[in-house]
Amino acid sequence: MSDRLKSIEAKQKAWQERYNQSKQRGAKFMTVSSEPIKELYTPADIADFDFERDLAFPGQYPYTRGVQTNMYRGRLWTMRQFAGFASAKETNERFKFLLAKGQTGLSVAFDMPTIMGYDSDYPRSFGEVGRVGVAIDSLQDMETLFEGIPLDKVSTSMTTNAPASILWAMYIATAEKQGVASEKLNGTIQNDILKEYIAQKSWIFPPHPSMRIITDIFKFAKEHVPKWNTISISGYHIREAGATALQELAFTLADGFAYVEAGIAAGLDVDDFAPRLSFFFNSHTDFFEEVAKYRAARRIWARRMHEKYGAKDEKSLLLRFHTQTAGCSLTAQQPENNIVRTAFQALAAVMGGTQSLHTNSMDEVLALPTEKAVQIALRTQQLIAYETGVANTIDPLAGSYFVEAMTNRMEQGAEEYFQKIDALGGVLAAIDKNFFQQEIADAAFRYQKEIERKDRIIVGVNDFVQTENLTIDLLKIDPEIEREQVQRLQKLRATRDNDRVQATLADLRQAAASTDNLIPKILASVKAYATQGEIVNVLREVFGEYKEKAVF
Amino acid sequence: MHELVSRLLEGDRRAAARIITLVENNGQEKEQLLSELFPHTGKAFVLGVTGSPGAGKSSLVDSLVTHYRQQSLTIGVIAVDPTSPFTGGAILGDRIRMQDHALDRGVFIRSMGTRGSLGGLARATKEAIKVLDAYGRDIILVETVGVGQSELDIMATADTTLVVLNPGTGDGIQTIKAGIMEIADIFVVNKCDRDGADKMAAEVESMLDLGHGQNPYWRPPVKKTSTIDGRGIPELVGAIIEHREFATASGDFAERRGQQLKAEVSEIVEDYLKKMLWSKVGANAEMAQLLKDASERKSDPYTIARRILEVF
Amino acid sequence: MEECKIRVLVAKPGLDGHDRGAKVIARALRDGGMEVIYTGLHQTPEQVVEAAIQEDVDVIGLSILSGAHMTIFPRVKQLLLENGADNIMLIGGGTMPEEDVQALILSGDAKALFTPGTSTEDIITWIRQSVYSGESA
Ligand code: B12
Ligand SMILES: Nc1nc2c(ncn2[C@@H]2O[C@H](COP(=O)(O)OP(=O)(O)O)[C@@H](O)[C@H]2O)c(=O)[nH]1
Ligand SMILES: [Mg+2]
Repeated sequence: MSDRLKSIEAKQKAWQERYNQSKQRGAKFMTVSSEPIKELYTPADIADFDFERDLAFPGQYPYTRGVQTNMYRGRLWTMRQFAGFASAKETNERFKFLLAKGQTGLSVAFDMPTIMGYDSDYPRSFGEVGRVGVAIDSLQDMETLFEGIPLDKVSTSMTTNAPASILWAMYIATAEKQGVASEKLNGTIQNDILKEYIAQKSWIFPPHPSMRIITDIFKFAKEHVPKWNTISISGYHIREAGATALQELAFTLADGFAYVEAGIAAGLDVDDFAPRLSFFFNSHTDFFEEVAKYRAARRIWARRMHEKYGAKDEKSLLLRFHTQTAGCSLTAQQPENNIVRTAFQALAAVMGGTQSLHTNSMDEVLALPTEKAVQIALRTQQLIAYETGVANTIDPLAGSYFVEAMTNRMEQGAEEYFQKIDALGGVLAAIDKNFFQQEIADAAFRYQKEIERKDRIIVGVNDFVQTENLTIDLLKIDPEIEREQVQRLQKLRATRDNDRVQATLADLRQAAASTDNLIPKILASVKAYATQGEIVNVLREVFGEYKEKAVF
Repeated sequence: MHELVSRLLEGDRRAAARIITLVENNGQEKEQLLSELFPHTGKAFVLGVTGSPGAGKSSLVDSLVTHYRQQSLTIGVIAVDPTSPFTGGAILGDRIRMQDHALDRGVFIRSMGTRGSLGGLARATKEAIKVLDAYGRDIILVETVGVGQSELDIMATADTTLVVLNPGTGDGIQTIKAGIMEIADIFVVNKCDRDGADKMAAEVESMLDLGHGQNPYWRPPVKKTSTIDGRGIPELVGAIIEHREFATASGDFAERRGQQLKAEVSEIVEDYLKKMLWSKVGANAEMAQLLKDASERKSDPYTIARRILEVF
Repeated sequence: MEECKIRVLVAKPGLDGHDRGAKVIARALRDGGMEVIYTGLHQTPEQVVEAAIQEDVDVIGLSILSGAHMTIFPRVKQLLLENGADNIMLIGGGTMPEEDVQALILSGDAKALFTPGTSTEDIITWIRQSVYSGESA
C-alpha cells in the first residue's frame, strides 16, 4: 500500500512540475466559500482513508453514504416546495395545485406578522399582511388553510420559529376537527430559535425561555405527536445570511448539539427526542463543496451522538435533512439563468443524499414565485429524479479523491469551530458574544467584494452582462387581502367566547411563570380561538423580549 | 443672533441637530454659535458612561433614560463610536439600543464618530454637550467608545462617571490595571442576571480597599444592574444622586467644572496659536525655507523650531 | 478647516429581518469614508424619520426585502415633508420589481433605488455625487 503511494507520489511530483510550467488562465481557483482548491487530488490526499471507518455502507454507521439502506431506490426524496401568500384561502388553492402536479409534501410559508407573532390588525403589521407568506391569526385561518386536505395523508412542514408552539397547536387542533388523531400526524415545525439569533432575526423572547418552549415541545411530542419532527435545525438561514459552507455545517451542528444538551438538561433521555430532530441545509452552486458538506454532516452527527451523548437508538444517530437551493445565488439579471443554477444545486443535494428538497424559482430575486415559475422548479426535481439516472445508485461520488478529501476537510474544519465555540462557553454564550454573527457578516462582505473585484464571476451580473434584461411576469399580492384579513379577525374577536379565551390565557400566564409544560395550555387557548398575537403577548409579559447587538 | 441659535432656544430639535453638525465639521460659524449658546449652558448634569465594548453601556443608557423619563426629566444622549483611521468612516450602532425612545421628544440622541480623537470621545463631544445643554436638557448622558486604556476624556467632561463592568469576564483586574479605577465615580457591574456578579463586585470592592480610587473622600460605590429585567437601576440612580450631592457639597463639582472651563480656554488658545503659526509659515518665505532646511537635514529640528518661533 | 463627512442613516423598516444587504451596505459606506448610523431592525417610519432628524444625516437609506416598499417609502417621505426635513435624501434598496422602482422614483417617494446585483462602489459614488452637488446648489 505505502509502496504504491510512494510510487504515486513520485509520479505526481513529475506531473506537478509539468503542470507548474503549463499555462493557467489567471482565475482564482476557489470554492463559493472562498476555499482554495488544488489542481489535482490523488490517493495521497486521502492516504489514511479507511472504507469501513469513514464510509461503510448506506444506512450503516457513520452514515456518510446515507441514512437509509436503500436510499432513492426505495423511495425518492420528498419534493416539497415552500409556498404561502395572501390569505389562507389563496394558499390552500396553491397547495392543491402543487399536490395535483405531483408534489409529495406541503411546506407553509407564513407572512411577516405571523412569523413575528403579531396579529394582522396590530399597527406594525400594516402593509405586511399576506405579502411574503400566508397570514394566520387563529385556528379559524388554519382550518381554511387545510380545507379539503386530509392531514393524515400529507406531511406538512411549517416555517415558524419563535411562535412555533402556537402554530403547531393550531395544526393539531385542525387535525382533531378533521377527525385525525395527533398520533397520526406527520410533519415538521422549524422551531429552531438559535439560528434566529444567529441569522434569520425573527426572534421574540430571550434565549432561555425560548429554549424552554422547545424542550416543552420535545416532551409533548414524545407523548402525543410521536411522528412529528419537533425541530428542523437550520443551516439554510445561516448560509443565506452570508456564511460559508463550512460555517453553515459547523454552526448548524453546534446548534443541534445545543438542543440535545438542552433536552438532556430538561430531564429527557437522549433517545426520547433525538430521533425526532431533523435538519435543513442549503445547496449553493459549488457542486463538490456541497456534496462534501452533506456527507460530513452525517458522519459528524453520528459520531458525536454516539460517542459524546451516548445515544443508543440508531435513529438518534441519523442526520435526516431537507434542502433548499441557495436563494442568495440567484440573480435579478437574466432571471431565466436561475433555472440552470437551481438545477445544479438540486443535483448536489441529491448527490448528497437529501431526504427532501425545495428548488427555488427563477423569479426568486424579484418576488414570491408565480405558478409557472414554481412549476419549472418542481419539474427540475422530477427531471433529476427520472431522467438523469443519478438516483440509480447510492452515493455515487464516494471514493473520488477530491470528494473524500473535501469531506474530511469539512469534518476537520467543523471540529475546529466546535472547539472555538466550546472555548467561548457554548452556543448561547457565543451568540451573546456575537461570534457567529461576526463570522457571517465577514463572510457576506467578503463575498460581495469578491464579486465587485471580479475575483468571482456571476454570469449576467459582473460578466456576460446584457443591457436589455428580459422581464418576466411576477406574482402580485392584492392589498385588499390585508383589509379582508383584518375584518375576518375582528369578526372572530366579536363572535368567539371571550370569557373562555381570557380563562385559557390566564391559565397560560400561570404556566409560563411556573415550570409546567406550556403546550397543553397553548392548545387550550388555540382551541378557544385565542389569536396568535394574544398568546404571544401573554408569553412576552412573562418572558420579556430579546434585543440584539448588531455587528457588521 | 444666529438664526439657528434662536431656533434652538425655542426648542427646535432640527436646529440643535444642525448646530451639532456645524460644530462637528468645524464650520465657519462654529465660534459664533458656541459663544452665543454659552450663556445658556451650565445647567445640565453630565453623566459619563464608560467600559469595554459589549459591557452594556448603550443598554444601560437606555435603561437610565427610561428611568429619568418617568421623572419627566429631559434627556440628551451623545454616543461615541470609533472612526476607522484608514477610511475615516464609522458605523455608529449605539442608537439601536435606544430606539424605543426615538419618538419621545424629551429624548435627543446623537451618535458621533471619534474622527481621529483618541481619548474615548470625539473632539466635538464637549461642544455637542453644550449644544444640548443650551437646548435645555436636564441630563446629558455621554457614552464613550470604550476601549479601555485611553478613556480619560470622560473624566474631564462628565460630572459623574460610571464605569461598566461585567461578571465573569475577568476584565475586573484588567480594568484596574488599565487605570480605569481612577476614572470611576461609580462602578456598575452590569449583566447581574448572570453568574458571578457578586464575585465581580467583591473583587472591585477589595481593590478599593487597597486604596485605588481618585478621591480620598469618595469611595466609589459598586452597583449591580441588569438591563434585561431592570434590576438595580433605581439603586444606581440613587448612587448617582449621592455622588452629585457629595460633589456639590464638597465643592468638587464646582472645581471640576472650573477646571473644565480653564482647560477649554487653554485648548482654544493653543488651537488658535497653532492655526496662526502655521498660516504664517505658509505665507512667510523665511519660515518656509526653514522648514525646507529641516527636511533636507540642514540643521537639527530643535534649532530650526527655535528659529521659526523667533521669526513668528 | 471645514471637514464635511457624509452621514447616512441605514434603516430596516417594518417587520423585515433580512439584514445581510443592509449590513453589507453599512460596511461598504463606512469603508467609503462615511458615517453610518444603523437603526437596527423593526423600525417604524416615524422612528426612522425622527432618528434621521436628530442625527442630522444627509441621506436615509431604507433596506426593504419584505415587499412592504410601496407603503413604507411614501410614508417616510410624507413624514419628512411634515417635519420640514425633506432636505434629507431618501434612497433604498432590496427586493423591488422594476415597475415599483419606477413608480416610487416617479412619485418622488425615493430619490434612487438600488436593486440586487448593484455594486456598492456604484452606490458610494452615487451618494457622494448627489450629496456634494446638492450642497453647491
Ligand atoms: C438571504 C435571504 C433570506 C435569509 C436572510 C438572512 C439575513 N439575515 O439577511 C433568510 C433565509 C433568513 C430569509 C428568510 C426569509 N425570506 Co428571504 N431572501 C433571501 C434572498 C435569497 C437574498 C437576499 C440577500 O441577502 N441578498 C444578498 C444581499 C447582499 O443583497 P440585497 O439585500 O438585495 O442588497 C443589495 C441591493 O438590494 C441593495 N440594497 C439592499 N438594501 C439596501 C439599502 C440601501 C440603503 C442601499 C443604498 C442599497 C441596498 O444593495 C445590495 C448590494 O447590491 C432573497 C431573494 C434574493 N435572491 O434576493 C429572499 C427574499 C428576500 N426572501 C423572501 C422571503 C419571503 C423570506 C421569508 C419571509 C420566508 C418565510 N415566509 O419564512 C423569510 C423571512 C425572514 C425575515 N426575518 O424577515 C422573499 C421576499 C418576497 C418579496 N419581497 O416579495 C425573497 C425575495 C425570496 C422569494 N422570492 O421568495 N431570506
Ligand atoms: N444578560 C445581559 N445582557 C446584557 C445586559 N445589558 C446588555 N446586555 C447585552 O450585552 C450586549 C452589549 O450591549 P451594549 O449595550 O450594546 O454594550 P456596549 O457595547 O457597551 O454599548 C448586548 O447583546 C446586550 O443585549 C444585561 O444586563 N444582562
Ligand atoms: Mg454601545
